[in-house]
Amino acid sequence: MQESKKYWKGIEELENTPEFAKAAHNEFAEFLPVKETYGSDAAEAEVAPRRDFLKLLGFGLAAATLASCEAPVRKAIPYLNKPEEIEPGIANWYASTYFEGGDYNSVLVKTREGRPIKLEGNPLSGVTKGGLSAKAQASVLSLYDTNRLTAPMMNGKATDWKKVDSEIMSRLTGATGKVVVLSHTIISPTTKKAIAEFGGKFGSFEHVVYDANSASGLLKANDGTVPGYDFSKAKVILSVAADFLGTWISPVEYAKQYIQTRKITKENSDMSRHYQFETNLSLTGSNADVRVAIKPSEEALVVAAIYNKVVGGLNAPAYSNKQLDKAIADLMAARGNALVVAGANDQAVQTMVRAINQALGAEGTTINTNAPSYVRQGDDEQMVRFVREMNGGGIGAVIFYGTNPVYDHPLSADVEAGMKKVGLTISLADRVNETAKLANFICPDHNYLESWNDYMPKKGYMSLAQPTISPLFRTRQAQESLLKWAGNNTSYYDYLKANWAGITGGNAGWDKVVHDGVVENVTLNQEVKTYAPMTTAAVGVALNKSQKAGIELKIYEKVGIGQGGIEANNPWLQELPDPVTKATWDNYVTIPRSMSVDKGIAQNDLVKITAANGKSITLPALIQPGQAKDTVGIAIGYGRKLAGKVADNVGENVYPLATVADNGISYNTTVTIEKAGGEREIAQTQTHHTIMGRIVVQESNLNQYKKDPASVTERITIATPDGPKKPSAVSLWQDYEYKDHHWGMVIDLNSCIGCGSCVVGCNVENNVAVVGKQEVLNRREMHWMRIDRYYSSDATREDGFTAMEEPSDNPTVIFQPMLCQHCNHAPCETVCPVLATTHSTEGLNQMTYNRCVGTRYCANNCPYKVRRFNWFSYPDNEKFTDVNYAQTSDLGRMVLNPDVTVRARGVMEKCSMCVQRIQLGKLEAKKDKRRPVDGEIVTACAQSCPTNAIIFGDMKDPNSQIRKVMEREQGERAFTVLEEINTQPNITYLTKIRNLA
Amino acid sequence: MQHVSPIREPLVTGGKTYHDITQDIARHVESKPNMRWAAALAVSLFFLGIFLWSVYRTLWYGIGEWGLNKTVGWAWDITNFVWWVGIGHAGTLISAILLLFRQKWRSSINRAAEAMTIFAVICAAMFPVLHMGRPWLAYWVLPLPNAFGSLWANFNSPLLWDVFAISTYFSVSLVFWYIGLVPDFATIRDRAKGPIAKTVYGLLSLGWVGSAKHWSRYETVSLILAGVSTPLVLSVHTIVSMDFATSVIPGWHTTIFPPYFVAGAIFSGFAMVLTLMIITRKTFVLEDYITLEHIESMNKVIILTGSIVGVAYITEFFIAWYSGVEYEQYAFINRATGPYWWAYWSMMTCNVITPQLFWFRSIRRSLTATFIISIFVNIGMWFERFVIIVTSLHRDYLPSSWAMFSPTIIDIGIYVGTLGLFFTLFLLFAKYFPVINMFEVKTILKSSSGVTHAPGTSMHANAPHPVMQVTDSNHTNHPKHD
Repeated sequence: MQESKKYWKGIEELENTPEFAKAAHNEFAEFLPVKETYGSDAAEAEVAPRRDFLKLLGFGLAAATLASCEAPVRKAIPYLNKPEEIEPGIANWYASTYFEGGDYNSVLVKTREGRPIKLEGNPLSGVTKGGLSAKAQASVLSLYDTNRLTAPMMNGKATDWKKVDSEIMSRLTGATGKVVVLSHTIISPTTKKAIAEFGGKFGSFEHVVYDANSASGLLKANDGTVPGYDFSKAKVILSVAADFLGTWISPVEYAKQYIQTRKITKENSDMSRHYQFETNLSLTGSNADVRVAIKPSEEALVVAAIYNKVVGGLNAPAYSNKQLDKAIADLMAARGNALVVAGANDQAVQTMVRAINQALGAEGTTINTNAPSYVRQGDDEQMVRFVREMNGGGIGAVIFYGTNPVYDHPLSADVEAGMKKVGLTISLADRVNETAKLANFICPDHNYLESWNDYMPKKGYMSLAQPTISPLFRTRQAQESLLKWAGNNTSYYDYLKANWAGITGGNAGWDKVVHDGVVENVTLNQEVKTYAPMTTAAVGVALNKSQKAGIELKIYEKVGIGQGGIEANNPWLQELPDPVTKATWDNYVTIPRSMSVDKGIAQNDLVKITAANGKSITLPALIQPGQAKDTVGIAIGYGRKLAGKVADNVGENVYPLATVADNGISYNTTVTIEKAGGEREIAQTQTHHTIMGRIVVQESNLNQYKKDPASVTERITIATPDGPKKPSAVSLWQDYEYKDHHWGMVIDLNSCIGCGSCVVGCNVENNVAVVGKQEVLNRREMHWMRIDRYYSSDATREDGFTAMEEPSDNPTVIFQPMLCQHCNHAPCETVCPVLATTHSTEGLNQMTYNRCVGTRYCANNCPYKVRRFNWFSYPDNEKFTDVNYAQTSDLGRMVLNPDVTVRARGVMEKCSMCVQRIQLGKLEAKKDKRRPVDGEIVTACAQSCPTNAIIFGDMKDPNSQIRKVMEREQGERAFTVLEEINTQPNITYLTKIRNLA
Repeated sequence: MQHVSPIREPLVTGGKTYHDITQDIARHVESKPNMRWAAALAVSLFFLGIFLWSVYRTLWYGIGEWGLNKTVGWAWDITNFVWWVGIGHAGTLISAILLLFRQKWRSSINRAAEAMTIFAVICAAMFPVLHMGRPWLAYWVLPLPNAFGSLWANFNSPLLWDVFAISTYFSVSLVFWYIGLVPDFATIRDRAKGPIAKTVYGLLSLGWVGSAKHWSRYETVSLILAGVSTPLVLSVHTIVSMDFATSVIPGWHTTIFPPYFVAGAIFSGFAMVLTLMIITRKTFVLEDYITLEHIESMNKVIILTGSIVGVAYITEFFIAWYSGVEYEQYAFINRATGPYWWAYWSMMTCNVITPQLFWFRSIRRSLTATFIISIFVNIGMWFERFVIIVTSLHRDYLPSSWAMFSPTIIDIGIYVGTLGLFFTLFLLFAKYFPVINMFEVKTILKSSSGVTHAPGTSMHANAPHPVMQVTDSNHTNHPKHD
């Protein structure tokens, strides 16, 4: 047996002292005091807390440090079950339709990973022909508007559809009095059918239609439709206050047509002549060959004068001036190819215009009688009557379908009062707007990108809208709500498809229509109201009544903000500079210089405008060249109170100042103007308006062009010992050699109408940050693409530079899209200390954001000032949370283009010529082992231009359009900006030609 | 040996001995800080605090805190940068070029002027870094070997030339200044009583014992550094001017810029030296070392450089007219008559008109007048840079982009903040370093002290015995540390 050994832990165990024996029972030999509370003992209190404090401090520091080391986790979750049609990284396109505030556009929706991120014009559309307005471009952001309702609301509280439906249905059945659906113009035959079906359930039902910017007068004079204007056939166009390129009726359609008569070449130098008589300087007036400033009250007189020359026999006050006489002569000479349009919402004026057009033989040529337009159907008279009925207590229930009359109707106060007398008010708005706030129920409609619908903008032209994303929130399509309340539980999709069965036949036909988005030469029932025509005598009476004195106000619509509907809360549109004033984020009173001098009103001074109806408005003044003497202009669409964080309290609401008469609304009124004291700065992106006699933008006239096309463009030469030479011939630089591609752009100044569509298109495509009013005032807008607008000046070098800064009273206007010129000898490239901006082998001036340290030297040295610096971290600086929600909120970020980096603070950015599109196109071509075909790769700006003023392409490709145009125009209209600095841009401009009278 | 004309005014007055010089200058280093100095330091530190706060805002939120915009990408930042670099020119000019030209009057001012140079360059160096959008990546402008792939700095960019020019200038100036300080540090070390002072000045004096070998090496190094510095005086501002001259912006793209900038830099540097010297000589009772003679000499340099600058201004206008380039013409007419006319005319008044008053001997020798005019020149030279940078940028080629610039509180904070930084450094220097080059002043004592010396007499306060003469003759130029 092995002797068992014993080991002691220590002497204590060996000796087995009583202390040890006692302690051996405890696992922990010594009691370590853990202080729960600070003892009263002074010594203890001093020692232990310090150690604890240090421990806690140490732990706290370590914990805080570790916690702050962790980067925020952002999850990118792959598809568990990948939808068949979605390939991550590859865009899907769907055809759809945008129709808002009367602006109809057939669109293609680009979706990435199931998210709509960009809209482009649908080239298959016979109406908009691939054009897309700025408003439509920007509308994709409204889908991700953080102010949208996420669920239906009952009496101001969120609830669910079941409750809302049962409550509404029971209250509708119990409604005493008329049930009314109040909508703007609806051009959807199926929606109309649904409304009719809904109305059929009630003994007394009315569908009231009004338009915020009404064209009732036009409709009344033309059998309830807008005549099928076809500007493309016109040789002489005379517009009396109709801003048909900017905001009037169907601007994209008209711009497409108009520009066909303005594109000229040496071989085909026919060009329309465009006369514009108007009060405010509009986009259309800016493009006119002859623009005459008239007071709003003179509009009828101008039309009457034309009537009397062309038709004759009207008892009208005499009115004539030189330009008008010339215009009338031109119209008569162009009989059959002449077109007169008028913007006045006045049946008398429009009756005369119709007669003039008939007499000029316009019908059948410049007016397509077979294809009248339906995009305006609002009836002012009906609306005014309805408002009175509401106040009279005769209305049982109102459903506000896409309408917000508390904001956008001149009788908003009466609407508000009347709503209280209606038993049941339901708003189908997508947010708690001014009207919805007062309604019992809000049943939010889908965004149009989440909806099915059909449209018939013109007779014979139809298009579809299809959902491009699952509904983001618990919203429901308005038509479905109406059907549901009518007891019809079919989905709107089935309802729509069934309604279309006659057109599409089987599924294949339906699929084709859904795919194309448009179908032509078909008609679904589209009833329009007809009105009694006005007699010549009545016109005469109206004419003689319309005399006014004093200062007149012309209320107008802006290209970006439109009527202030869903567009208002769209920061892209708020920051889109007005094409003419270049102002953002506000409305203002445009006043002529003469008034500024007479009344001592300076730019930005607050002025109070009091209308004849007693309503007043206080806004800053903007001195507007071209504004008719003794008139002022104010834009609608501003002064929203409940549109969302972007639009609320931007500007003032001018709708209440419009004159409401029994038979309609007049957007003209007499006003008094007084200084209100104080000032509010107007954020303009361009504060200097004349060209200062510089050759940066070139123009000439048609006679000169016809005489000698080579003489219309001024050529810059550099004096050398061997005589004057082209700047490019005198160079210290080595030229780049382009082996494969040489991307470039041609911008035809004759085609550019300055609408700003390209600006928005660029913003959407390239994730351009929105910076808000204060930063625009600080001159820090981030737009990569801008449109420079210059007014002519009467002064020359002899008068001095200060005089040259002053625009003419009625200036000619020229637009110049300005973007990175992608210079072959780029001043920016040499000065960057870290080579963050370099030249590509394909001629692009490229910006490497990651490499940029932000010295801004490149921006200083850019003669075109197209570089934009990230002054702040726009995606996460709290100052930009509201205005830049496309980058700051999770919802908004869904709109970002995943192919384009969101730029960090401190780096320079600028136009990349949509390099992501170029790369995509090249890859597609490479897959097919071919070169990219011309037209396959298009930049966002070129794509969005409604007048095809921008041609993008490969200048190395002998078959490309750009190459052909450049070859054709070389030595004629082609020029580069600031040729004398020898930057050799890849962007060529074509001289503007005016058809001067 | 230099010949000194007896007509010349003495450069050291008051019948100073070698010991007096040591005593007068080392006294300030050794005594306790006085109230005036402490108050001045407190004010400087307050402005330094403003600087730190403004820098914090800039770094945390971004350059958007400044007043810059899409058109005017540089304004106060680069104005301040060029202004400070300009001020930093006088030191090296005085220590290098005047040394080579054997201008004795430089001795008593070169130390402070060089210190000013270094502090001004430190202030200047703040701006190229701070004005960057991403200053934490500032090292990317250095051609460092890196792991970023083939990325390398752009040697075409004048900003990169700036990096080299400024850093070279700063290092050479710093070495030159420090080498010059070594013998004086040794003097203070030898006199030091406290242990800290003994250690610190002991370390700073690099073991200097004043042996003949040390002096010989010192002389060699000084000459070499003077030779190296001389081209730098011309090159730094030449290169700074190329930031502008090589660009395409009218008003910047001007071949006259290099000489014009160098003259302007010396002009502003001398003005700043004068401003500081007039204060220093008064507060530290150094009237015997920084005499009216010194001030007059500097004023003469100011007339010369001020006139060069004035001619340059006029030449620019002439060339703008003569060239026939409309953009150039507009740029200059806009300077004089445009929205920033006040900046232009401030510049003209301060830089061209006021220095011409120095043609009058009485003004040239008036301390008050000199002080006021030196301030005017400082202001004028700031405006010159503002005019060049902002008025050229704000209205360049395309009228659509014309804009105005107005500074924010942060812009102003950074500028006055660098003044705080500068004066904090300068006050610390004035207190803890010998503000006047003791040993160099001693070298001119015999020839230019105003006291006639019979051969064989000594200038040593405590060396009456001819016995000492033997050693002394070795040390005529390099006196022992009394």
